[in-house]
Amino acid sequence: MNVTFNRESGMCTAQLEGEMTIYTAAEIKPMLLSLLDDCSEPEIDLSQVSEIDSAGLQLLLLAKREASRIGKSIRLVGHSPAVVECLDMCNLTALFGDQVVLSSQQKQ
Amino acid sequence: MNLDQALQTFLVEARELLQDMEDALLSIEQQGSGDEEAINAIFRAAHTIKGTAGIFALDAIVAFTHVVESVLDRIRKNELQFDNELTSLFLSSCDHINKLVDHIGDESGLSADLQAVGNKVQQQLSGYLNEELHQADSTSASLPELHQDSFESSGGGVVGSDNWHISLRFGPEVLRNGMDPLAFLRYLERLGQIVTIHTLADAMPTAAEMDPESCYLGFEISFRSDSDKATIAAVFDFVREDATVHILPPRSRIAAYIEVIKSLPEDEMQLGQLLVLCGSLTEAELEQGLKEQAGITPPSKLLGEILVDDGDVQPAVVAAALAKQQQVKEVKAKQNSVIRVDANKLDQLINLIGEMVIAGAGVSMHAQLSGDSNMQEAASTIMHMIEEVRDSALTLRMVQIGETFNRFQRVVRDVSKEIGKDIRLDIGGAETELDKTVVDKIGDPLMHLVRNSMDHGIESAELRQARGKPAQGVLKLNAYHDSGSIVIEVSDDGGGLNRDRILQKALERDLIQAGHNLSDQEIYKLIFEAGFSTAEQVTNLSGRGVGMDVVRKNIEALRGTIEIDSTAGEGTTIRIRLPLTLAIIDGFLVGVADAAFIIPLDMVVECLELADIDREAMRDRNYINLRGKVLPYLQLRNLFGIEGEATGRENIIVVQYGGNRAGFVVDKLMGEFQTVIKPLGKIFSNLKGITGSTILGSGEVALILDVPMLVERSASMDVKSGVAA
Repeated sequence: MNVTFNRESGMCTAQLEGEMTIYTAAEIKPMLLSLLDDCSEPEIDLSQVSEIDSAGLQLLLLAKREASRIGKSIRLVGHSPAVVECLDMCNLTALFGDQVVLSSQQKQ
Repeated sequence: MNLDQALQTFLVEARELLQDMEDALLSIEQQGSGDEEAINAIFRAAHTIKGTAGIFALDAIVAFTHVVESVLDRIRKNELQFDNELTSLFLSSCDHINKLVDHIGDESGLSADLQAVGNKVQQQLSGYLNEELHQADSTSASLPELHQDSFESSGGGVVGSDNWHISLRFGPEVLRNGMDPLAFLRYLERLGQIVTIHTLADAMPTAAEMDPESCYLGFEISFRSDSDKATIAAVFDFVREDATVHILPPRSRIAAYIEVIKSLPEDEMQLGQLLVLCGSLTEAELEQGLKEQAGITPPSKLLGEILVDDGDVQPAVVAAALAKQQQVKEVKAKQNSVIRVDANKLDQLINLIGEMVIAGAGVSMHAQLSGDSNMQEAASTIMHMIEEVRDSALTLRMVQIGETFNRFQRVVRDVSKEIGKDIRLDIGGAETELDKTVVDKIGDPLMHLVRNSMDHGIESAELRQARGKPAQGVLKLNAYHDSGSIVIEVSDDGGGLNRDRILQKALERDLIQAGHNLSDQEIYKLIFEAGFSTAEQVTNLSGRGVGMDVVRKNIEALRGTIEIDSTAGEGTTIRIRLPLTLAIIDGFLVGVADAAFIIPLDMVVECLELADIDREAMRDRNYINLRGKVLPYLQLRNLFGIEGEATGRENIIVVQYGGNRAGFVVDKLMGEFQTVIKPLGKIFSNLKGITGSTILGSGEVALILDVPMLVERSASMDVKSGVAA
């Protein structure tokens, strides 16, 4: 799991790379929380997420909830197919309210 | 999830609804004001499209129809009135939705042009909304451009009743025990279809306390499956100890749902809402169940009251759930009156019946040969039944022409605006039925004729008034059945065809020779010649002399004919005569040696015996003198390379096509024959002179002659031999 931070004038993006699973969850959680603390407009780039499971999903839900608790809005961008599949299955795409772009061919 | 199929249904329905919408709009425009029924029809169409598009996450359509719907809502509330401008705007909205629907599944997305048109229409529509709605609208108008792209979500699903309801709450240890709740969902999908799913993460503590390796998730699932409870329960066997699983079979008592709601940790009201959202319970059912509950327990904090009260429930949420159900009901009601059948299935049925006609012919032939009168009687009864089955099967393919005609309302409206004439379209015989294939193919030729009539036929308003006619021109589309064929008429009350002008043009173009005495009919038909145009001006619509030629070809391809009636100063009627069906025709069976051929009966003019004098002359020339006229002929024996000399008398069959006559020399005339047309395979696609084949009662194959091609060929041979002589 690699997390790359990219800051630009208050807007910062954390690019997650690799798997967001139970094996990496403990590692990712503090990084996400620090992203929320540090930035006014946090953004999570999911384009390099190769795998996501319930633990990863929980982290995204946590980040979303935490962000709205402290009055920030968090954006998820560049959903990888694994993320799209997971959010779709749980019918959570709307909850996050981010744009998910998916070509019709990727649909199973 | 079989979303593709559902999407196809959506596409079909959306197009129908848009057609309904357009029809209603046009009727409003004609009447000048909208009656309630028409407005409701439009509203219903827009609403249903929006709802269904929402299910498929077609956000571009949802966003656009939302605005349309909002304006319509104001009209329904009598805050706005339909005027010409508004109807035009709605018609363009209709067009735009149609385009959006066309683009579903198209990955390239909408073109910039189309998007610009859409935005313009949307802006204009927004102008009709008041302040309050403006706000709601701005959210959809400001939807990011990405939303305009076509993308689909595999989530969601269609609301339906009769689903299982599954409540899952996973314990904190699930993940650490090496199990992934999502994996269970994936497995569940193998047993059936997850109709709706709601994910709950309320059990998750605050960020500080949250353990990333504990599981806090819960799901409420509406699930459609044919499996039994044991099978579904078995999915969750591995997490039995670590999770709370409730499985409610379809149509459980409402009380069972309430029990589940009570037993779960989350806020009761929220769960009630979720059940409604999942489609497992209807709002009414939940309410009822909760009221019953209220009778038993004292009225403290009761779900029923809260829901009935509506104060705490987000009205939008409940409305959405109810609207979805309403929509499903509407769709079902429509399905009851009409059954949608795959066109392929119908074709298959027609094919089978064709086979049956052939087999029947075999039976009756053998019955005749056997000489057993009982057998003959039975065979004739069967033939009779087969004919009836054939007729009713062919009517299955029949559709009313009205729908095709109605499309022209819009065309006439648009074209008359474009050319600045006031023209009304009258439709007659809309309920006349004809074969679906013919209907599909008649659209283009009709379009040419209608445009032509509007552009050249009907005069400008000033000229009409000068001629003492009402300023409004009338174009009439009419259809009726006439002895086994269907007649479609396009008439206008314009100036009529100018006989002399046509004659003069035809002479200029060498289409006819001077001094020929042509009947009016023959002269009018010249307008269907390639490149023929009498128009002094070429407009966008017509005048290039291409259209009418194409019309004639299209009609002839359908084995149809065209007649023209015209009275100077009073108008023109173009009459298209088409066969009722394309699958089975009346043929004339002829034989050459052992081979059998079919000539479409309606092209046969007469049959004669080949006189001895002509037979002798056959080697030198290929035409005979038929009552003083030259008749070129073809010998089918030579043409198809059939071996053996004619033994007895030979006959000549005179056929006519497109004004030309030709003779075919054959050995035997075998009479009329119900011909089931079998198309030729690909290998034979280049074969000249044959259009198809059929199977005779004896099981032999007979080839169907391509009369138009053969007639043309005999005519050209005639010219050549003439030159040689």
